[in-house]
Amino acid sequence: MFLFVIFSLPAGPVTRWGEHRLIRLKDVELEYENGTKAIQGITLSIEDGEFVFLVGPSGSGKSTIIKLLTGELLPTFGRVMINGFSIVNLKDRQIPFMRRTLGVVYQDFRLIEKKTVYDNLSFVMRAVGANPREIKDRIPRILRQLELEDKADCYPPELSGGEQQRVAVARALVNRPSTIIADEPTGNLDPDRSMDLMRLLIKVNQMGTTVLVVTHARELVNRFGKRVVTLDEGLVTHDAVGRYVGGRRYG
Amino acid sequence: MTRWGVTWGAAAMVKHDFVYFFREGLKNMSSHRLMSFTAISMTVGCLLIMGTFTLVAVNAAMNLSTLSNSNEIVAYVNEDWTEQQGRALEEKLLAIPNITAARYITREEALNAYTERNPEEELFQDLDPGIFRDRYALTIENLEQITITVRRVEHTEGIAKVSYYEEMASGIVTVRNVAAIVSAALIGVLFVVSVFIISNTIRLATYDRREEIAIMKIVGATNAFIRWPFVYEGFLMGVIAAGVAFLLQWGLYAAVTGAIADNDTQRLFEILPFARIWLPVLGSFFGTGMLVGIGGSLTAIRRFLDV
Repeated sequence: MFLFVIFSLPAGPVTRWGEHRLIRLKDVELEYENGTKAIQGITLSIEDGEFVFLVGPSGSGKSTIIKLLTGELLPTFGRVMINGFSIVNLKDRQIPFMRRTLGVVYQDFRLIEKKTVYDNLSFVMRAVGANPREIKDRIPRILRQLELEDKADCYPPELSGGEQQRVAVARALVNRPSTIIADEPTGNLDPDRSMDLMRLLIKVNQMGTTVLVVTHARELVNRFGKRVVTLDEGLVTHDAVGRYVGGRRYG
Repeated sequence: MTRWGVTWGAAAMVKHDFVYFFREGLKNMSSHRLMSFTAISMTVGCLLIMGTFTLVAVNAAMNLSTLSNSNEIVAYVNEDWTEQQGRALEEKLLAIPNITAARYITREEALNAYTERNPEEELFQDLDPGIFRDRYALTIENLEQITITVRRVEHTEGIAKVSYYEEMASGIVTVRNVAAIVSAALIGVLFVVSVFIISNTIRLATYDRREEIAIMKIVGATNAFIRWPFVYEGFLMGVIAAGVAFLLQWGLYAAVTGAIADNDTQRLFEILPFARIWLPVLGSFFGTGMLVGIGGSLTAIRRFLDV
């Protein structure tokens, strides 16, 4: 249903060192303060424009990887590069600029309930210093492309789960990131809406944005024939194009 | 190079969106009206207490300086001393520290001055100068040390008696000192109290908006961008408190001035008219209000912004 020419907005990086639009983890280990080893030596490369599913059972380290990529956590060992920024060497004041190269979509949408759909988008544009004209110009366009134009004045609780998640995707896209990270984006959606959302993300990817989807949804993963990286107990157990190859717990 | 022409450097230079921050600050304030009202009222109270004590100190200091400018003590020369002997005392008196001038007044001059002061009293018109004494009018430099100075003058040979407004002078000195100390202490304490109250109110605002702040961070808002609305909120509360406190201080000052004028028929005290002090009062209230407000907001959000 979203298959139309969307995103005349070219995706592009705002990086300090130019065209390094990729994600690279090298020998990454992460141990929480309580001694839990969430990541036990992961090396992973995601190239510019790729679409990757990151799958694995609970506690396999998927969420930790997302937090490493968004700069919320630092690895205890190894290097993490994203869109030209080295997470380990990043100064605090550079973190916002690294994050502007990412758009993040969460399972629980994380929309601000007291703001309308329009304001949910406009405030993230303001937050990165967009001028009012750009905001007025870009938001209606994005809402139209995501078939949300008649919802601009609605508040999130008035929308269905699928619509809320589309608003979240719109919010992730509105600052034109070079990478979209979706953390269990279909977790709260029914199968039809989940399929719609995946198609939307694939469309976003086809427009040149790198997309990393963390998910449990085996059905969906198997349907699209994309690269699937499987994690288990903090290690990459499979990395191949095609199907969700589950670990032993998925047999 | 980027595909859509925004460089990292340009993105870093975000224009200060005054209207947006101001509106967000207002929204914060109205989202917890009762707490904002309490914070503003407490700040008004603090400013009023500070202002009142400072004004008392300022008035006392001014009265002291007028008193020491106009005030002379009178030292009477021994009756059996000749005028020549009396005039010779001038050098000795001037040598006493804290005395800046000594004017010799003969008993005839004293009588003339007295009859001039009381022209209606016929009884006084043909007095004998013999009932007056030769005397010195001595000008005192520092009124706080008047007691010591008077004692020294009294111990000078040839001086019979000294008269001066001891109670008035020492009373005003006490008032000024107490008011100065109390206002200095209060300014310190109340400043901290106001900062604390505003800070707590703003912490509540940040708590209300924590979800929003988390989202702002994840989309790459700088800490400065997140901080500004709260700084404006604190600033607004400080400024509103300053405005209200100024008006109340004005009313209070007018009422007290009126009451003193009604009771002080002898015009012993001179009170600065508000018209002459409103500008410094307004300035210091707004200055303090803004400092308290911004200080409070920065205290509230300092810990909050860890990435």
